[in-house]
Amino acid sequence: MGAKRGRKPALRHPQDDLLRTDRIPHIWCSGCGIGTVFSCVLSAIKKSGHPLDDVAMVSGIGCTGRMAGYVKLDSYHTTHGRAIPFATGLRLARPQGKILVCSGDGDLLAIGGNHFIHAARRNIDITVVCVNNFNYGMTGGQLAPSTPFNARTTTSPIGCPEEPFNFCHMAAASGAVYVARWTALHIRRLTDSISEALQKRGFSFVEVLSPCPTSFGRRNKMGKGLDIVKYYHDKSVIRNNIDPKEATLDFSTNLVVGKFVDIERPTFLDNYQLINKRELPAWPASTDKGAGKKAAGLV
Amino acid sequence: MAAKTVLTGTHFMNGDYACCEGAIAAGCRFFGGYPITPATEVAERMSSRLPDIGGIYIQMEDELASMAAVLGASWGGMKAMTSTSGPGFSLMMENIGLGICTETPCVVCNVQRAGPSTGLPTLVGQGDMMQARWGSHGHYEIIAVAPSSPQEMFDFTIRAFNLSEQYRLPVMIMADEVVGHMTEKVVIPPEDSIELVPRRRPAVPPEKFRPFKPDPDGVAPMASFGDGYRVHITGLTHDQRGYPVMDAIAQEDMVNRIVGKIRNNLDDIIRYETADMDDAEIAVVAYGIAARSARRAVREAREKGLRAGLLKLNTVWPFPEKLIRELAGNVHAMIMPEINYGQMVLELERCAAGRCTVRLVPHAGGSIHSPKTVLNAIETALKEA
Ligand code: SF4
Repeated sequence: MGAKRGRKPALRHPQDDLLRTDRIPHIWCSGCGIGTVFSCVLSAIKKSGHPLDDVAMVSGIGCTGRMAGYVKLDSYHTTHGRAIPFATGLRLARPQGKILVCSGDGDLLAIGGNHFIHAARRNIDITVVCVNNFNYGMTGGQLAPSTPFNARTTTSPIGCPEEPFNFCHMAAASGAVYVARWTALHIRRLTDSISEALQKRGFSFVEVLSPCPTSFGRRNKMGKGLDIVKYYHDKSVIRNNIDPKEATLDFSTNLVVGKFVDIERPTFLDNYQLINKRELPAWPASTDKGAGKKAAGLV
Repeated sequence: MAAKTVLTGTHFMNGDYACCEGAIAAGCRFFGGYPITPATEVAERMSSRLPDIGGIYIQMEDELASMAAVLGASWGGMKAMTSTSGPGFSLMMENIGLGICTETPCVVCNVQRAGPSTGLPTLVGQGDMMQARWGSHGHYEIIAVAPSSPQEMFDFTIRAFNLSEQYRLPVMIMADEVVGHMTEKVVIPPEDSIELVPRRRPAVPPEKFRPFKPDPDGVAPMASFGDGYRVHITGLTHDQRGYPVMDAIAQEDMVNRIVGKIRNNLDDIIRYETADMDDAEIAVVAYGIAARSARRAVREAREKGLRAGLLKLNTVWPFPEKLIRELAGNVHAMIMPEINYGQMVLELERCAAGRCTVRLVPHAGGSIHSPKTVLNAIETALKEA
């Protein structure tokens, strides 16, 4: 460890000011899509123009969760599944600046699934980037809530008997104000989407289909990282603004990508402040007073 | 924002409410919680008090999220707390561990009910004492206080916040259903007489700052989100920079730090009270609501001319090892009434180390000890002596 400390890569990376260069080399496998997504996240942060001291990253556990360890921001590597509730506390205690949650599909939508839908419902002002590699990469490739039906993982060795979630549909149905999905090869569109998401006030969600050659790819004989991400890209069709319910991931036909939701809705803090002014008329509206009794024929 | 923060004056107030007022007086401005009997009144009062004093109340989707949000809020720069009871306390253990590892100041109030499992939701227990100490995985030290009245709910909550800031860790208030729900006189002092420990901020510029490099007392200053220090924290084993390091040396360094900052400051942390101990042959050692039964039993014993005394533990963790060792040499027996089948008494036995008799007065929960039961135990112990 002593020898590694302070060792700097010879060449400067264009994102060096956003990287903890003293932590490089990173842990990600060669051919993994996370590095590409990370790079898009960093570009998007810069593009968004927010002062860097005012941007935080929160992550959970897993390969993607390690992003928080390499980014030179206030960065919080939390427990498995709890990045979103941690970010909720962070956001509400400090409403200024931007907070990104970067984590994987298992972290955000299996163990963290309940937090995901509630943060979207409350419209907590955070941007969630989900790297979806269809399995738990870090632990060697187990089935996740994203694993396609019949795909092999170490815990579905014959084929996954479960149907996956459509994360974008779930985010939209739960109340997210911005929902988009790209593959890790849609570099420009992905970067644009993340920076758009960062401009939104409220719960924004960007899903990225990303290759995990080491675990998911190997089990399913999909080739190298580049082969896999090309395969995802080739299979993708862009369908902006469609109902996210229709934005399916069907490997036998196509993988729907695009920007599906971009709306405005008051955030948790907007509504918290509104309610606490005590200016709203009592619920339900006066015209509805006694509606229950009337319906029951009691008055 | 015209609402008063510190409700200076004399009140007739239940323990759960007094806990809220202590928290607010201590500067708590964030509460993330989930309703659970008998701690719900803490959440309810916080939801009505915090919005008017610039604070945030949020009801999270469960206790996993509540504890995570409290940690996040603390890193966002607010003093933060949650309250819960048995089943919720179990769920919070995960992120209490993260709070320990990332050295995050915050307060967790556990208004204990009888367990195991759903147990007796509306009735008293003290069965989470060992869980408070060991409930999250891995090795660490914890601080826990044990109030026995609404007044102590107020006073000890302020102390819990101060200890959490002083030593940078989640501090537990191990209350119980009776203390939470009983209504008694609570005196809230003038705001300027309440001593608060402010958060220790970095004294060096960002390029020189090491987030886990301790000051001489073993505790490191803390930079919040947006302070410009760009701090990284992780639940992984980490070095003074906060960077993950996966080896036994880093593990030893980190565990030594989080354990040492408590073990090296025991005299500052540990608090207790005594009554009638000077010539006591029997010491009744008790905490929380059981200390009230114990106090009455000791008084009745004295009225009968029996030499009994009370040692009331106001902090339960860290356990007052030195005190008990000394005491064990001066009495015939130590008696501990607790509303469980033997938890803190194990510590008492360990520290007494055979130098005196140690007797548990057990209670499975659902009600408190009658003073008579404790008195009987005193009399039996005297006969054995
Ligand atoms: S295991 Fe998979 S997801 Fe994890 S770093 Fe390797 S390729 Fe990437």
